[in-house]
Amino acid sequence: MKTNKNKSFRLSVLAGGVALGAMLAGSALAEPAIIYDLGGKFDKSFNESAFNGATGWAEKTGNSFREIELANDAQREQLLRKFASTGSNPVVVAGFSWAAALTKVAAEFPDTNFAIIDMVVDLPNVRSVVFNEHEGSYLVGALAAMKSETGKVGFVGGMDIPLIRKFYCGYAQGAEAVNADIEVFENYTGTTPAAWNDPVTAGELAKASFSKGADVIYAAAGGSGLGVLQAAADAGKFSIGVDSNQNYIQPGSVLTSMLKRVDVAVASAFEDGTTGNWTSGFNVMGLANGGVGWALDENNADLITDEMKAKVEELSAKIQSGEIVVHDYTTTSSCPAG
Amino acid sequence: MSVRKPLPRWADIALIPALNLTLAFVISGLVVLMVGENPFEAMKILLYGAFGYGEGFGYTLHFATNFVFAGLAFSIASHAGQFNIGAEGQAYIAGLGAILVGLALDQTHWLLVLPLAMLAAGAIGGLWGFVPGYLAAKRGSHVVITTIMFNFIAATFMVYMLNNVIKAKGQMSPESESVINAGKIPQLREFWDFFGYAPVNVMLFVAILALAGTYILLWHTELGYKIRTMGQNPKAALYAGISNSKIIMISMTLAGAIAGMIAVNEVLGVQNRLVVDFVFGYGFVGIAVGLMGRNHPIGIALAAILFGALYQGGLELAFYMPAITREMIIVIQALVILFTGAMEGLFRAPLETFFTMLDLNKKPKTQKQEG
Repeated sequence: MKTNKNKSFRLSVLAGGVALGAMLAGSALAEPAIIYDLGGKFDKSFNESAFNGATGWAEKTGNSFREIELANDAQREQLLRKFASTGSNPVVVAGFSWAAALTKVAAEFPDTNFAIIDMVVDLPNVRSVVFNEHEGSYLVGALAAMKSETGKVGFVGGMDIPLIRKFYCGYAQGAEAVNADIEVFENYTGTTPAAWNDPVTAGELAKASFSKGADVIYAAAGGSGLGVLQAAADAGKFSIGVDSNQNYIQPGSVLTSMLKRVDVAVASAFEDGTTGNWTSGFNVMGLANGGVGWALDENNADLITDEMKAKVEELSAKIQSGEIVVHDYTTTSSCPAG
Repeated sequence: MSVRKPLPRWADIALIPALNLTLAFVISGLVVLMVGENPFEAMKILLYGAFGYGEGFGYTLHFATNFVFAGLAFSIASHAGQFNIGAEGQAYIAGLGAILVGLALDQTHWLLVLPLAMLAAGAIGGLWGFVPGYLAAKRGSHVVITTIMFNFIAATFMVYMLNNVIKAKGQMSPESESVINAGKIPQLREFWDFFGYAPVNVMLFVAILALAGTYILLWHTELGYKIRTMGQNPKAALYAGISNSKIIMISMTLAGAIAGMIAVNEVLGVQNRLVVDFVFGYGFVGIAVGLMGRNHPIGIALAAILFGALYQGGLELAFYMPAITREMIIVIQALVILFTGAMEGLFRAPLETFFTMLDLNKKPKTQKQEG
């Protein structure tokens, strides 16, 4: 009884929603949609990488997609339902904070496909994309240790959560692999999602690490990381970007960027969802399948010596072959290095 | 200046808000024009999104429920001469009471959960209002300062609690466990499909009762008389034998308790769990609601619906007009608050002059007729 009633009600809502969407925004049917997290679409990092993936897909296929930036934690369910009920398919959400809201909404819309990045939601219509950030961080950690003259490097994370500790842990392991005596300073910008969009605090944390002797700092802090990059450029030291290729932001000061190909994940979700090749389930992107990596371009070519490059490529090959196993913080909630 | 007379009552309660609102919308329209969108189209989306279909209207009512509580929390204190800007923190910390009752009694019945959650949220919110009230009454600290400080204390305390005490297992973001059974208070959509997925729930009726209750309390009880007397003239109240310190503490506690109802509406009615920042600025907007509603329950109800429509319509605007970003929506909402709340006096002086001149023009005529 109850399910029947719910179903007919859901259908009528869907129909109403589709009519509304069509009326206001042209044809909204089957357009993929993406919702960015609190850091904002142009955070030059995680969310921007997702945006680039979506626009890249749109340019390649000539199709359009819908997007919105989240303004507040409390809006998550409303926005998800809004897209699902106006016929967007698939709906991609960028960020682990979506897990609870998506678990609820994905169950309400079994015919819509959803993808979540950085978290696992175990439902038949959800694709969960997670990255082996510890592998990419290991490589940039090795680069940092090779570049450092003081034997001290820093790390500024965004929100203090297991996911970001995973970045730190990989970074520290990579640094120790090159220099066993290295000292790594670990800092986090905050404990709430606001920590992704707080470049001032992140910059101050970076300055504190510089004053303790660090000369390379890895920023795994979304939009906040820009403060770290700025502080490093001001102090004449080195920084390491994250998620997107951030080498161009402070050329000559950004040593490299740990690439996390959120763009690839978004583009393939859009592609699979609109061409009927959708697969739900667990999707791990690591070094072996190009999901993570490090950035080398004309902006940092002078900073990376041939020796450093050879060493990192050697480490990368060893990780891919399984000779080096980088410890994943989230599996044990502890880190052997640092 | 001294020749100006006070405005006629209809102009005070209808004309001034209407003029302020029109000006706010004209300037918002210019802002929309500046980003290259059609302001009339934007207005259409905003109105349609807020009132045009069931789900949108449901959201408007849901937001309005919050604004009624926030507006009352401001107004009750305001009648006692206290400027309570702490509804934000009072509501935020009251979320603890709502979620703890919801989780503890999740296996019972909502008829048990709802009153107890309201009681717990009201008690914690009330405590958060009582302390600044006590400090104001006994130590002479200004409530504007103490309540805003208490907002910060509430915000950091809640982040601590969410991260270290009540965070759900296996969850990275600071959120509590979700209530799944009785902790979910009944949604109107369960009885009426019209509302779609809108989270408007039984707290809407509680808000209506709170409006009526506040009216009766303030204008038809002894306590209300004392509150209003003290608010208008503390010295006269003291002379009449009213304990000012007691009235300040009572009114601030009441204000905090009513603000706590926002927590029940949001935590048990919408999110079903405690999340960071669930109050979403409702407490601050409550100040504008109270000011615009002239601290009267009917005015507060109307102003709450206006702001509810702005919140819901604003979200629809961001959804259908991608050029209008989330920051633009805040600009538009802020303009309305600016003109209706902060610059409420903008039209008052010219209008008073205008009406005084009308009166002066009338008087010579009547004298002529007599002569």
